[in-house]
Amino acid sequence: MMQSHLLLLVTFAFFVSLVFALLSRNEPREQLRFGGTLFAGFLVAALVLGWLMYPFPL
Amino acid sequence: MPATAAEQTQSSSLVLLCVAAWAIPGAGHLWLGRRRTGLILLVALLVMFCIGLATHGRLVPPTTITGLFDLSDPLVGLMCIADLGIGAAYFLAQALGYGVGDVRAVTYEYGNTFLIVAGLLNLLVVIDAYDIAVGRK
Repeated sequence: MMQSHLLLLVTFAFFVSLVFALLSRNEPREQLRFGGTLFAGFLVAALVLGWLMYPFPL
Repeated sequence: MPATAAEQTQSSSLVLLCVAAWAIPGAGHLWLGRRRTGLILLVALLVMFCIGLATHGRLVPPTTITGLFDLSDPLVGLMCIADLGIGAAYFLAQALGYGVGDVRAVTYEYGNTFLIVAGLLNLLVVIDAYDIAVGRK
């Protein structure tokens, strides 16, 4: 089974974005735009937060 | 004022719709004729649930829900409610022996996250199906 954290993160972001897009928008074009934005937002936020936490070892 | 027969029929079918939507992800939307949305939700939520199981996530047993009320273990109680949100798949997976969880697995927390979020998203899907049925959406 996949153990890559990045792959799991991308998969998680994809499915959550997909469901939110389906629930919050009615038109397929709007769903695609909103879902894509949400997906990109998830990835960018995770990567930025990951790098910001890099200097702080736990 | 007492409810009329038509209102009672409508409210009982609404309850049935919500139960179906909870038990099988996307069933509420399929019932309401939103076939595309229903099928995508069915596949997406069940795939999330299966990924959670495959990455050694833990399905919290229903008995732990008491921890929420007597405050002995409130977070596990909340996790149980979230896990139960996925509906019949939860009971099926438990009956088949899946969802035991392996804390030593590197993906354990990812698995838990997938299982919890799949359940919570399904609860949102139930609310959405209800909103569509009553004409709010």
